[in-house]
Amino acid sequence: MGNVIVVTSGKGGVGKTTSTAALGSALAERGQRVCVVDFDVGLRNLDLVLGAERRVVYDFINVAQGDAKLAQALIRDKRIETLYLLAASQTRDKDALTDEGVERVIGELKQSFDWVVCDSPAGIERGALLAMRFADQAVVVANPEVSSVRDADRIIGLLDSRTQRAEGGQRIDKHLLLTRFDPARSARGEMLSVADVLDILSVPLLGIIPESEEIIRASNLGAPITMNAGVSPAAKAYRDAARRLSGETLPIAMPTEKKPFLSRLFGRRAA
Amino acid sequence: MNLLNLFKSRGGTAPVARERLQILLAHERVRLGPQDLLARLRDDLIATILRHVEIDPEKVMVKLDSDAAISTLEIDIEIPREKIVGDGKRRPLGDGELSAA
Repeated sequence: MGNVIVVTSGKGGVGKTTSTAALGSALAERGQRVCVVDFDVGLRNLDLVLGAERRVVYDFINVAQGDAKLAQALIRDKRIETLYLLAASQTRDKDALTDEGVERVIGELKQSFDWVVCDSPAGIERGALLAMRFADQAVVVANPEVSSVRDADRIIGLLDSRTQRAEGGQRIDKHLLLTRFDPARSARGEMLSVADVLDILSVPLLGIIPESEEIIRASNLGAPITMNAGVSPAAKAYRDAARRLSGETLPIAMPTEKKPFLSRLFGRRAA
Repeated sequence: MNLLNLFKSRGGTAPVARERLQILLAHERVRLGPQDLLARLRDDLIATILRHVEIDPEKVMVKLDSDAAISTLEIDIEIPREKIVGDGKRRPLGDGELSAA
């Protein structure tokens, strides 16, 4: 039975879709069967980030309402053959998804995939609650910034109360993915540090993704960062995070700032 | 651009952010999360009691009241007169054991 992960944050624009695509493809690169699912009804974007926007025929709602078979709606990635996408609907309103419909589709996906990675919409309303509802684990995406940390705290509260696991008295494993981290600004005390965020949210750290130009470049091209800029620090950080999700214990490298030549000569080596 | 800014050392604002968040979230967790707290308390209480006494989870009431000064936690659990104890044998409650509310 597959593992269902929700990628969530409360706040918008922190990197849920980018992270879903990157973690999904990193897991799939390791030979795991992965389906990434877009829960953002009306504002789908996971298809675009994955470069599959012109291949969407049937979507999540078609399957949930029984108008299409799951196999008809799944879009297989052209680069990694174990990576699939279930796109969100663009035209329907968000009430078209029901608890029962989502549960049935997630249940079917669990049968044929090792990982079902659910990209949550922003906010704490119906769509976000449905995305987390049937998850076994959660990746809480946050930026080192006050409003993002506050919203992440709300989402953690909801994960502990509104998921099926929480209601059944089970634990839902939560992981913090700190994105858009700027080591130089953090070192100067201009940005919350990793320790600050961990201390405030008390959720174990899955990874630190450094702010990177490569991320926009990858999304421009419709390829997850792990495919497009495989050697960039952000891609490596996502790949390590995926390995931690699979249960490996890896030390978490603190991103280091890009130092000018002279200080690089004398400074620490980049991790 | 003011060149002087390059030389002006401004203290980091992260400590302020951290402190504001800590204070804010301490309040919000209480204000926005009481139902969650109650649900978890209720589940834990039921699980603990079920290890010793068979009860009907439906008949467990947990209530949290708070006024300006104190909070009180009220727990009301209905326990049937006869119940199954750990070894599976039915027996009436002895003195000093939990008695029906």
